[in-house]
Amino acid sequence: MQTCIYLDNNATTKVDPEVVEAMLPYLTQYYGNPSSMHTFGGQVGKAVKQARQQVATLIGADDSEIVFTSCGTEGNNAAIRAALQAQPEKRHIVTTQVEHPAVLNVCKQLETQGYTVTYLSVNRQGQIDLDELEASMTGNTALATIMYANNETGVVFPIEQIGLRVKEYGAILHVDAVQAVGKVPLNMKTSTVDLLTLSGHKLHAPKGIGALYVRRGVRFRPLLVGGHQERGRRAGTENVPGIIALGKAAELAQTYIKDVKHEKQLRDRLEKTLLETIPNCEVNGDRKNRLPNTTNIGFKYIEGEAILLSLNQYGICASSGSACTSGSLEPSHVLRAMSLPYTTLHGSIRFSLSHYTTADEIDRVLEVMPLIVERLRVLSPFNNDQADWLQGREVLAVGNGL
Amino acid sequence: MWDYTDKVMELFYNPKNQGLLEDNQEPGIAVVFGEVGSIACGDALRLHLKIDVDNDKILDARFQTFGCTSAIASSSALTELIKGLTLNAALQVTNKDIAEYLGGLPEAKMHCSVMGQEALEAAIFKYRGIPIAVHEEDEGALICSCFGISESKIRRVIQENNLATAEQVTSYVKAGGGCGSCLANIDDLIAAVTKESALNIATDIATAQEQLQRPLTTVQKIALIQKVLDEEVRPLLIADGGDVELYDVEGDRVQVALQGACGSCSSSTATLKVAIEAKLQERISQKLLVEAV
Repeated sequence: MQTCIYLDNNATTKVDPEVVEAMLPYLTQYYGNPSSMHTFGGQVGKAVKQARQQVATLIGADDSEIVFTSCGTEGNNAAIRAALQAQPEKRHIVTTQVEHPAVLNVCKQLETQGYTVTYLSVNRQGQIDLDELEASMTGNTALATIMYANNETGVVFPIEQIGLRVKEYGAILHVDAVQAVGKVPLNMKTSTVDLLTLSGHKLHAPKGIGALYVRRGVRFRPLLVGGHQERGRRAGTENVPGIIALGKAAELAQTYIKDVKHEKQLRDRLEKTLLETIPNCEVNGDRKNRLPNTTNIGFKYIEGEAILLSLNQYGICASSGSACTSGSLEPSHVLRAMSLPYTTLHGSIRFSLSHYTTADEIDRVLEVMPLIVERLRVLSPFNNDQADWLQGREVLAVGNGL
Repeated sequence: MWDYTDKVMELFYNPKNQGLLEDNQEPGIAVVFGEVGSIACGDALRLHLKIDVDNDKILDARFQTFGCTSAIASSSALTELIKGLTLNAALQVTNKDIAEYLGGLPEAKMHCSVMGQEALEAAIFKYRGIPIAVHEEDEGALICSCFGISESKIRRVIQENNLATAEQVTSYVKAGGGCGSCLANIDDLIAAVTKESALNIATDIATAQEQLQRPLTTVQKIALIQKVLDEEVRPLLIADGGDVELYDVEGDRVQVALQGACGSCSSSTATLKVAIEAKLQERISQKLLVEAV
C-alpha cells in the first residue's frame, strides 16, 4: 500500500500501535463474556472496568458516568432521545446550523414528530451568538445540543458560557465533543455539560467504539433495549476489544494532550506559509477559538475535488467542503452557514493534523501546494471576483437549506 | 472516492488543449468562445474555437475549466473530439460521446459531460449569431430553481440518454440536487417524455405501414424492433441493473439475449414475456414471439 502524508485526522485517525497491542489479547485469548459468572469471563469484566476508568479520567468524569457505544452517531442519537424522554412535556430543541449530520438529521426527524427546533446561525467566523441562544431559550426548551468543536473548521464554541444560559432555563445540555476529546482538556466535574459524546476512531482507537458521558442524576432512557449491560443504559454484549482499545487510547491521549503545542506549531506554520506563498486564499473560521490541529483554507477560483486529487498524486490526504466531494451537489452546509462567498467555498480544503504529523510532512505540503493551485488556476476561467461570472447569483451563499 | 477511469486521470493530470485562443484577426479565420456554468454552481467551462470561415470547420479548440477532476477531463476530451470537424458535424457530438471517450464517468459525474456539450453549442450558436435565448432556457418553465435548470434541458437529457429515474436526471444536469423540491416534477417529466417517445414510435410504425400498404419488410421489422427495444424496453431493464440485446429475427420469432441482472434473475421469463414480448406485440405486430438465446 502507498505510504501517505495523512492530514485528514478529523475524518479518522491511525490506530496507535500501543492501542492495537492492548486490544489484541481480547480478540484471541480473552474472548469471555464480561457478564459471565466464571473467572474466564470475569477477568474480561475487570479489564472493561479499567477501560471505563481510563475514559472517565480523560474527561474528568466518574466511571459510573461512562456508557460505551458503537460510535459518535449512536452517542448523539442516544443522548438526544434520552434528554427528550426525560422531559416529555417540553417540546423545544436548540441546536446550531453547523452540527454534524448525526445531530442535524436527528433534529430534522424530531421536527416531523412534533418538536420545534431552533437552528442557531453562525457568523462569518463560524461562531454562534450567545444573545441569539439566550433569546431562543424558553421554559418549553428540553434540550440544547451543541457541538464542542466543528469538524470542518475546527471552530470551538464557548461551551461553558452556553451551559450557563441553558441551565437558567432548566434545559439539558448535550455536547457532541467527538472532535474535541483528546485535543482539548475537558473536566466534567466543573462543567455544565449533562451529556457528552465521544468517538474512539478520532483519538487513535479503532472504528466501531465510542462513549457517552451521562452526568449522574440526569435521567436516562436507553436507545437500545435488551440486556442489562452498561447498567441498563445500552443493551448488547460489550465490544470488549473496542472498549479496551478506547481505554488505552484515552490513557495515551492524556500524554499527547499535554504535547498539543507540537501539532499547533505545525498547523500554524502550514497555515501561515500557505497564506504567504499563495495569493487569493483565506482561512475559514475563527482563528482565535479553534482546535489546535485543524485549518480550513479557501483557495479562490479553483475547485476542491480537483485540489484533493492533485494532492493525492503526491500521497497527501486532506478533505474539502466542495460540492463535488460531498456526494450531493451542494457544498458543505457548515461553510454555507458561514455565508462564505462561492469563490472561496468551492475551493475549501481542510488539513487536520495529529501528533504523528512531522515537520517534513508539512514541508512537503508547502512545497507542492503552490504548484497545484497555480496549475489549476491556469486552467480556470476565473481569476477575480467580477460579478458577471457569478451570473447573478450573489457572492454570498444563501443559508443552508434548513 | 470517485471511481475514475485511467483516461480521466490522464487528462486531468496532463490535459490537452488547455488555455485560450487569441483572435489575431487573420483573414478567413474566426475566433469565438462559448461558456456554461458559473462559480456559484461549482463548475464552469469556457470553450474557445478557431473556425475556418469558408469551410465551416474547427481548426483548433481550447478550454478553460473551473471544476472537479472529471469536469477538467471532460473539457479536454471535448476539445480532442471536435478538432478538425465541420461545425455541423461538431453539433452531432453528444455528452455520451464525451463520456465514451473517457472510458465512462461515474453516473453522479455525468453532468460534467453534459456541460461540455452545452459549451460547444453555446460557442457555435454564438458564432452563427443565434441568440442565447433561442437555444437555451427556451420554451418550458424553470424546473430546478436551485441550479436554474429549465424543462427543455431536462427533456433533452432524458431523451438523449434514455433516463428512467429522477436520480439519473440529477446526475446528468444537477436538477433536483439542491433542495429536492422539484424531484416530483422531474418524475412527471420522465413519464411525459417516455409517453411521447412511445407515441412517436407508434406513429413511425403507422407511417411505415401506410406508406407501403403492405406488411413490413424484414429490414423494417428489425429496425422497428431495435427501436422499441432501445427506447421503451432497455431503459426499464437498465434501471433494474439488467439489459437486453437483439440477437436475431427469423420471420416472427425474435431472439434476444438477456444481460446483467436480467440474465440471472429468477423472473427473467416474466421479463421476457411481459416486458419485451407484450411491448413488441403492442407496438409492431401481434404475431411476434420472443425467445431468449
